[in-house]
Amino acid sequence: MKTFALTRASDSAQAIAAAAKATTAQQGAEIRFIGGGTTLIDLMKLNVEQPKTVIDINRLPLDKIEALPDGGLTIGAVVRNSDLAYHPLVRKNYAVLSEAILSGASAQLRNMATTAGNLLQRTRCMYFRATDMPCNKREPGSGCAAITGANRSLAILGTSEHCIATNPSDMNVAMAALEATIHVRGTKGERSIPIADFHVLPGNTPQRETVLEPGDLITHVTLPPPAPGGRSLYLKLRDRASYEFALASAAVVATVVDGKVTRARIALGGVGTKPWRSTEAEGELTGQPATQAVFQKAADAALRDAKPQSENGFKVELAKRCLVHALKLATQPA
Amino acid sequence: MPDEDASNERHDRDKRPAFGESTRRTFLSRLGMASLLASAGPVTTAFAQRSMKEPLPSSVSKDAVPVTLTVNGKKHDLRIDPRTTLLDCLREHLHLTGSKKGCDHGQCGACTVHINGRRVNSCLCFAAMHEGEEITTLEGIGQPENLHPVQAAFVACDAYQCGYCTSGQIMSAVALLKEPCGPEDADVKELMSGNICRCGAYPNIVAAIQNVRQNAKQPKAG
Repeated sequence: MKTFALTRASDSAQAIAAAAKATTAQQGAEIRFIGGGTTLIDLMKLNVEQPKTVIDINRLPLDKIEALPDGGLTIGAVVRNSDLAYHPLVRKNYAVLSEAILSGASAQLRNMATTAGNLLQRTRCMYFRATDMPCNKREPGSGCAAITGANRSLAILGTSEHCIATNPSDMNVAMAALEATIHVRGTKGERSIPIADFHVLPGNTPQRETVLEPGDLITHVTLPPPAPGGRSLYLKLRDRASYEFALASAAVVATVVDGKVTRARIALGGVGTKPWRSTEAEGELTGQPATQAVFQKAADAALRDAKPQSENGFKVELAKRCLVHALKLATQPA
Repeated sequence: MPDEDASNERHDRDKRPAFGESTRRTFLSRLGMASLLASAGPVTTAFAQRSMKEPLPSSVSKDAVPVTLTVNGKKHDLRIDPRTTLLDCLREHLHLTGSKKGCDHGQCGACTVHINGRRVNSCLCFAAMHEGEEITTLEGIGQPENLHPVQAAFVACDAYQCGYCTSGQIMSAVALLKEPCGPEDADVKELMSGNICRCGAYPNIVAAIQNVRQNAKQPKAG
């Protein structure tokens, strides 16, 4: 690990002013905020991340979960994943979020990892993590070793010829289906970013993963009120029963009235370069009867643009079956 | 020294399949080499200093920061390099070697300690960030003459073989007793999945934890 200066932010304004001196908030940032450290310290040990300055934001007053007047929820940036997953309002109104978080990592890591940190969780692509390998995300222009290499766990949606790295977060998939809004404070003031616009596709610049700029501090995330009569769940398929990243996962938020799907929000995990909202699947479901045939059409639509690599072709069918089964579970009579 | 390692690595690699043909095994072993190489700088410095028989605190760099850590109820005033993980600080500076280093990347759970009563992977914490917090290690939960019920249950159930992961298993299990955990073995297995046991003592570990939970439920005699 390279040396760095460790500082503690006494307030958000100070943290933002300090971080704004960096040339980027993306891969290679010289200044990094640290929350739980479960991603950052791991990558610093691998020399994948080499910040010169690390700013501890854990003591900023961004650690509350509160009900909003409109029935929604606000979640502070440094709320721990375990506190979020076990919060009574999350369990009651946003089951998909609780289930997604509890399906990820371990109890220890969930006690450390924060809401904002999880939004910024980095890919587990082995080539990104190994500094002696080419990787366009870590070292732009060096090439993508994964496309011709070990790519079984990598993405089939949203890829480019430069990067096929999977977004590894479970929480992000649930947040995408819940249409969360990410609130950021930066040098130019505050702004709200829908989660669908927060992560960006790799395209020609895989080193860029989000719309964050130097000095941007995620302060909190808000969730809209739960849809009346809606049900939600997260289904995750992986190589082990626990403590493993998704090969495919599905977050479903659905309302069924008299056997018909009146509203559906669908996101997939383990298959996309970003948390993969599928408005295509939602389109196939809305107004249709909650039947296996309709679910299959939705799954086919969600994976229509899939581009499998040499080792991950199985993910196309796996993700479809995952979504079909999740829809079945979410829409069956209680 | 790092250059020598690097040339050995290159030499090694020449004997391996070309990159595109690399097998999972060669790839993984190369990754292991890569992570060793990546940290060669600081590691070799530390080793060099140790072989010069200098006491460990002298390996602290000029960037050292003062920090007061509260471990097992006792305060310690330290000067540490900001890179020092809580795990290394406990083991190398405070000589509390109950917490073990396995993977050093938050994947095995051998380093599990409690911060303010919650279990965390101490290998993924910078020690200097934890001033003012209550840190508890295995040494803080029980003593040979006064075992914590979880420790006693691990002995009674033979819940270990080589013992390397045991301290992390016990620290996880102690924390689990206060967490929302369903009654079944499967619930315990799920919440213990962040602690890997290469010997495979899992059935006895689960039995030990379930014994403690059962006993806690029963009203005490007398």
